[in-house]
Amino acid sequence: MMCAIASLSDNLNTPSPSAEIQIMNINWFQKQPQGNDEVSLTMNISADLQSLFTWNTKQLFIFVSAEYETPKNSLNQVSLWDAIIPAKEHAKFWIHTSNKYRFVDQGNNLRGKEFNLTLHWHVMPKTGKMFADKIVLTGYSFPEEYR
Amino acid sequence: MGLIGDTVDSIKSIQTRQLLNQAVSLGMVVTSALIIWKALMCITGSESPVVVVLSGSMEPGFKRGDILFLHMSNDPIRAGEIVVFNVDGREIPIVHRVIKVHERQDSGEVDVLTKGDNNYGDDRLLYAQGQQWLHRHHIMGRAVGFLPYVGWVTIIMTEKPIIKYILIGALGLLVITSKD
Repeated sequence: MMCAIASLSDNLNTPSPSAEIQIMNINWFQKQPQGNDEVSLTMNISADLQSLFTWNTKQLFIFVSAEYETPKNSLNQVSLWDAIIPAKEHAKFWIHTSNKYRFVDQGNNLRGKEFNLTLHWHVMPKTGKMFADKIVLTGYSFPEEYR
Repeated sequence: MGLIGDTVDSIKSIQTRQLLNQAVSLGMVVTSALIIWKALMCITGSESPVVVVLSGSMEPGFKRGDILFLHMSNDPIRAGEIVVFNVDGREIPIVHRVIKVHERQDSGEVDVLTKGDNNYGDDRLLYAQGQQWLHRHHIMGRAVGFLPYVGWVTIIMTEKPIIKYILIGALGLLVITSKD
């Protein structure tokens, strides 16, 4: 019962999150020995997610994923970086980082390809229903050649 | 002699009736629990609609002893979702987050990689020998909600079975000695 009320009150919150991601550098972009494309990049990620916090929010799990389509796969989602935001004070931030997880394609489709960088957040409540949303940032693309 | 025999018989029959009554009550309680469990399975579409968190690999979000509510729909599996999956050959299901998804154009089949929030590396070491990805059939449900601490009862009863027996004994005693 309390669980339900707690979750209901979360629905009343109307958040206004914002985010910006800049690719500062493509560190390297190669075809691996096993044949798949792999890229290492450095990003500037800044965001203000303070409005997502309510009295019932335990933490936000946020991550940036690269999302793109290939002839074989209608969707590829590769998480590049993630973090846990434990409190509202930490929800407005700026970070300069290279990808935490390896960005590997299934195949050799990345040269010249356009992709989105999406900042996802998953709200973990103190108790009750979990929910999630995201901001999709478009217009990024890989170099035409390996380097 | 006949009178005593009659009295003994009538006493025995009262006790028998009481005993039967209590057995039926106990049966009703157990059956109700079973019905609720099966209904939950039906409603949430998942084989085990509730799981207890057993490890610290998803901390600080989920701690040992928390209960997770699961739901399985035909919606596609997407990065960020917390899924419960079974690895071939392992008994205990694992609750981790999806970090990579590769979904096929034609079949809609999907390659999924998972990782515990609190772990350093991804789950490839947990998968079966030679397995690089999870597929849909490995995944039993998505975690959609949770209750803290409530699962400790299950953990204690599994790890210290004697408590389970004491609890059942106490419950049995309660049913037998209740006036109803």
